[in-house]
Amino acid sequence: MQVPILKQGPYLIATIQSALTDADIVQLRDALVEQVGRYRSLGVIIDVTALDVMDSFATGTLQDVAHMVRLRGAETVIVGIQPDVAFAMVQMGLNLEGVATTLDLEEGLAYLSRSTKLARSR
Amino acid sequence: MKPPVDVAGETRVPVARDSDIVKARMHGRAMAMQLGFPVTSATLIATAISELARNIVLYAGAGEISLSPIENGTRRGLMVVASDSGPGIADPAQSMRDGFSTSGRLGLGLPGVRRLMDEFDLRSQAGEGTCVTVKKWNG
Repeated sequence: MQVPILKQGPYLIATIQSALTDADIVQLRDALVEQVGRYRSLGVIIDVTALDVMDSFATGTLQDVAHMVRLRGAETVIVGIQPDVAFAMVQMGLNLEGVATTLDLEEGLAYLSRSTKLARSR
Repeated sequence: MKPPVDVAGETRVPVARDSDIVKARMHGRAMAMQLGFPVTSATLIATAISELARNIVLYAGAGEISLSPIENGTRRGLMVVASDSGPGIADPAQSMRDGFSTSGRLGLGLPGVRRLMDEFDLRSQAGEGTCVTVKKWNG
């Protein structure tokens, strides 16, 4: 199940719509890192509202995305982690350290408008 | 290593590729909901199954996740048995330490699973495979 990536102005928005296999997550990582360059994007939003499990692999790979995207000069924000998913992550000891998160897509867009190069150049 | 005994109401999910990881945790969540677990507990169970199934794919290549309703007096629960006949774990105690990994990833797999569930048992012998049994009680 491929994750659709929407180009919205200077941002890329990836909305996960169903459970993903490890290969799907790796494919999403590679697509985002590539498209940040192709579209000269300043920010990436990954919407995980529909994910009912964020295990060590998903968390680790999303953390990799954020770090790789930063190395490409853009910012990443993970949005929509559900309450019970957050609880399971904390129990596991997974914390997405160094990765921006917001409650939902709206907050994610607001975060990027404050924190990307676009905001700093204004 | 084979799971110890057959249990009534058991669901067995063969695990050999990464799509089976998703399948196993979906079956686990469905059984947890059916047994009346709250959604939060069902998510903990599904997350634990995801980790156990991935260990099978990564380290053994193939194996099985077995899901069973269990009872202890008035308490009801769910038991997950992850078994394979892969290379086994050379040092089971070391694999339970946070931050230890032979795969180069986070290394939180088994200690994380233990924290998600109420009971945890790891049996493994080099060359004989691995069997992890975990239980979650409802209430």
